This record gives sequence, C-alpha cells and structure tokens, in this order.
Amino acid sequence: MSNRRLTSILKISLLSAVMAFTSNVFADPVKAAFVYVGPIGDMGWTYQHHQGVEYVKSHMGDDVEIEYVESVPEGSDAERIIRTLARKNDIIFTTSFGYMNPTIKVAESFPDVKFEHATGYMRADNVSVYSARFYENRHVIGKIAGHMTNTNIIGYVASFPIPEVIRGINAAFLAARSVNPDVQFKIVWAYTWFDPGKEADAANALIAQGADVLMQHTDSTAIMTIAEEKGVFAFGQASDMSAFGPNAHLTSIIDVWGPYYLKRIMDVKNGTWESTDTFGGTEEGMLVLSSMSDQVPENVRSQAERTLLGLSKGLIDPFTGPINKQDGSPWLAAGETPPMFPDVITMDFYVEGIDSKYPD
Amino acid sequence: MNEGLIIAIIIGISVASVPLIFAAIGELVVERSGVLNLGVEGMMIVGALAGFIVEFHTGNSFLAVLAAMLAGMAIAFTFAFLTQILLTNHVATGLALTLFGLGIAAFAGRTYTEVRIELIPATHIPLLSDLPIFGPILFSYNPLVYIAFFMVFLVWWFLFRTKQGLILRAIGDNHDAAHAIGHNVIRYRILAILFGGAMAGIGGAFLSLVQVPIWGEDMTAGRGWIALGLVVFSSWQPFKVILGALIFGGITILQLHAQGFDIRISAQYLSMLPYLTTIIVLVSLRLRDKSKTNRTMPNCLGRIFHSTS
Repeated sequence: MSNRRLTSILKISLLSAVMAFTSNVFADPVKAAFVYVGPIGDMGWTYQHHQGVEYVKSHMGDDVEIEYVESVPEGSDAERIIRTLARKNDIIFTTSFGYMNPTIKVAESFPDVKFEHATGYMRADNVSVYSARFYENRHVIGKIAGHMTNTNIIGYVASFPIPEVIRGINAAFLAARSVNPDVQFKIVWAYTWFDPGKEADAANALIAQGADVLMQHTDSTAIMTIAEEKGVFAFGQASDMSAFGPNAHLTSIIDVWGPYYLKRIMDVKNGTWESTDTFGGTEEGMLVLSSMSDQVPENVRSQAERTLLGLSKGLIDPFTGPINKQDGSPWLAAGETPPMFPDVITMDFYVEGIDSKYPD
Repeated sequence: MNEGLIIAIIIGISVASVPLIFAAIGELVVERSGVLNLGVEGMMIVGALAGFIVEFHTGNSFLAVLAAMLAGMAIAFTFAFLTQILLTNHVATGLALTLFGLGIAAFAGRTYTEVRIELIPATHIPLLSDLPIFGPILFSYNPLVYIAFFMVFLVWWFLFRTKQGLILRAIGDNHDAAHAIGHNVIRYRILAILFGGAMAGIGGAFLSLVQVPIWGEDMTAGRGWIALGLVVFSSWQPFKVILGALIFGGITILQLHAQGFDIRISAQYLSMLPYLTTIIVLVSLRLRDKSKTNRTMPNCLGRIFHSTS
C-alpha cells in the first residue's frame, strides 16, 4: 500500500517536473494572480483593479491565466495567501499598501516568481512597486468645483490623514482657489474607508453647513446618493459613480490599471520583466476622468480639458510654487515644483489658505 | 450657528439613533428572557440586504421592511434552534451568527452593489409638518422613525404591564423556578429571540432604505455591537435605550459637525466612547448591586436551560 502510494507520488512529481520543463520550452499561458483588499463589488478601489484584470484578459485571451483572491485582510493571512499563490503563478500583484511586508517576505522564498506591490515603497530584484498620482485628477476636479460652487464652500469627506489623502486635499484646494479666490474647504474626517451610513452622515453635515459641492476620499457611493437627494453637486471616487447621482454627479476620478497590468504580464511572457518603480499619472494614462456632466458649463469644461491635456503631456504639476504651508512658512518658490521624495511622497501638512486644523 | 443648522443637527441625531434603537430594543427583550444573542450585527446586515433587494425589485417599501424582518427572524431562528433545542453555548453561537450573517449577506448581495434605490420618503403630516422649527424637528421623519420610538413604549408596556411580560422577566431571572411553576421557558425564549431578529432586521433595513439608498458589504459597520452595548447601558430598562441611542448617535453626528466648524476632538476617543460608557455603566451597576437595591441584570442571562422533567 505504502509502496503504491510512494510510486504514485513519484509519478506525480515526475509529471510535474516534465510539465515544468515543457513550460519553459513552449509558450504556455502566463499565470498571474491578484490579491485584493476588498470585494470586487466595492465600486471603488478593488473594482477598478479588477477592471484592469478584465482588460488584460480581453487583450491576451488564452495567453494568460488569471486568478484572484478578494477581501484578503492585511495581516498574517495575507502572507499565507501570497505564498500559496506564489507556488503556482509566474507573477503576483498585491494591490494594497498593507501587503508590503508579506510580499517582500514571500518574494525572498520565490526568487523566480515576479511580484508587483501597489502603493508601497519596498523593492527587491523580483519585486516592483507601482502607484498613481491620484492628486492630479483632484487638481482637475478642484478647478471644476471652484467654478461650480455658489456658496463658496466645498465639502470634503476624507478617510484617514495619510499622505495620499493629504495630497488630494491640497491639490484640489490650490486648484479651486486658482479659479475662485473666495472658495473655502470644509474637511470632515470619517476615519473609515467604507461605512456608507457614516459617509452619508458626514455628507449631510457638510451640506447643512453650507457646502454645495462635495468631494470624497472614501470608497462608497453613499455621498453621491446624498448629494442627489439634497440637490448639490459631487464628484465620484475611483470609479464612475454617475449612476448613483444622475443630477449631482459632475465627473468621477477613475484609476486605470489595465495597460500597466498588460505591460507587466507581457514582460513576463517575453522574459523582459525587470524590477521597477512606477508612479504614473495622467501622462502615463493611469488616471482619467469619466465623462463630464452636462451641468458643467462649456468654459469650465474646456478649461478642465486643457488642464487634463497639460497633465497628460507632463506640462502641469499641481504643486507649482509659490506655495506656502498652512502656518505661512514657505514651501515652494515661484515656479518651483517639489521633489517626489520626500515632499510629495510623505506630505503631512496643509497648504496656506485651508482653514481647518491639520488632524492629529 | 443658524436655526436651519440646529434643526439639521437634531434631525441627523434622531436618524442616526434609529437603527440602534431598533436593534437594542429587540435585544433587550431577548436578554430579559435570559438569552444572550451576540448575533445582532449579523441579523442587522441580513435585514439591510433583504430590505434593499425587495425595495429594488418591487419598489414597495412595506414589503421591503417586511422582508427585512423575516430575514432577521430567519437568522434568529437558527440561533434559537441551536441554543434552545440543541442547548449550545449562547456566546459562541451568537458570534458564529454574526460571522455567518456578514458572510452570507456579502455573498448574496454581490450583484446589488452597482444599483441604487429611491429612499423611502418622509411623511408629511398636514399642518404639523409645516410648523416652524417643531415641524421639521418632530413631524417630518420617515414613518420608521416613529415606529422605532413606539416600539420602545410597546416593549415597556409588554414587559411591565402584561402578564406575559412578567413571565418573560421571571424566566430571565430564574428559569428553573419559572419552569417549576409550569411556564414554558423554551417557547418564551424562542419567541423573544425571533422578536429580537425582527427588530434587528428592521434596524439594518433602516440603514439601506432610509439613511443611504445603496447596499454595501459590511454596511452596518459595527452598529450591532453598539446596540449590544446599549442594552447594558440601559440597564435593561426600555426607555433608557432611547437615551443611550441619542447619546451614541449624537456623538457621531456632533463630531462630524464639530469638524466642519474646526472644533477637533480625537476620533479615536469618540469611537471608544460607546464602549467606555457601557463599561462604566456595568461597573456602577455592580457597585450598586452590593447594596441589593437595584438588580436589573437578568439573573439567568446567557445560562443554558436544560429542562429536567
């Protein structure tokens, strides 16, 4: 009995050895895996990553096999799941900041597997990092918001005071001020990425305090629906939210991961993959805006489109001096743009003109 | 601060407390009968989804609320069967129920994250709703808001003014004695658990039908746990549930408004507050207990009843 089992184990290992051999010789499909922090149905962050997966599938067809795991907590489970995936895949995308350490750890034990970690900063020979300059889009919607507000109060529902969110607030504020010197931001921190009830409460509070244009850096569609109910304007986050506020929706910030994923997987297929650091933006096509609402007047629309064009050619930096920090101390001199590191990557201050206190 | 803003704050607080009131008043009856059901969060989320689905397909708010109640009761029935018939541990079963509810709602609701519904409109009472100040503050809510407050009264009346209520409390305090004089402990408890499920279901549906017209996985976001804390906070007295819910709901709304006015209170402290107050109330109840003057906690809470005859 045990002998037979042994032979069958030998057979299987022999078989897999042969398979491993042939996979190097013949062009078998590339095996890619994705680790998601939320459900695909979050209509935001994870949903957009999954759109990227669909994009890759539609372009590569049978040349790629993709598997994914949803709602993976950013703890010890993550390492176990990444490890399991690493045993049977050629490239693994881990799509949340909290997967950084597990990704690096697993990558050490699988030197032949390629890893791609989103929004982190730790690299290795087989670990790339990638993220997007989300604040560029916020620069564009800031300009639209500055024009669209009548009360000159723009409400901002923020999640957590991390650099990514702070960059968005500063970029949107500077843009809004550039077209409307009287505009003021009211910023409410929800301290959650996803709590529709609380996001709705925050939106209601901001509207009651006079905001007539809402921006959000949380993930649910709740704020858009409240804006619709109350007859104010709002911008969608991460994916097109127009269906949730047909009249309220001005435009949505959309993350585009598809082309990046396609390129990286093709690189694996062609054997040209290298460890890289990508911080793409409008220029690289990683960010777009959804189609703008008819409520946006023609001159505002064309200005927004010009700004997008400038961003896509790399001619505009949302942070172009002169800019002071909130306390009045100088940050950037006239015409100066900040270095990516540390100024942009670790941004932890408001710019001058924002009334709200910086959160602790 | 103008008048409109104050009205908006008061309305915000009332609306934010309603899901808590529903869930807590249901759990209060359950605990009064001596059962500890930690599955409130699970029953709420299932109610939120069921209500949303029915509202989306039929557009009939009455059916939607009914569906939410039934969904909550279905989950609660599982709990009742396990704890009352198979005599499983209340705490473990309740926790399992929460995890199960969150999981099944996420699974069953996958296709509903991309759609929205119309919110159930607020009632407009002729004359009363048009009153200045008092109109918006008191007479222009969704019907479910009034039902929530009425349920609290109803539960108080049932528990303290009816024979069945007295029996239920007796069972919660000493199930062996109640059993010995011929009361059907299991039946009372199952009915109480089902009532708790129905109320938690409506509480969840209030979120997805009245507060926001969308469905999202985990959208109850811990409100079930706050409701459990509220029952302790109320020291098992129905009317104190309203007080607690207004305080807990009020903290959320006021801190959001305070941020708008740039008055900053640390968010971490605020999210601790409901649980902290619950602990303080528990401690003070215990301290008072020594003098044997105010023993409100049901004596048999969470204890398994095994009928010996």
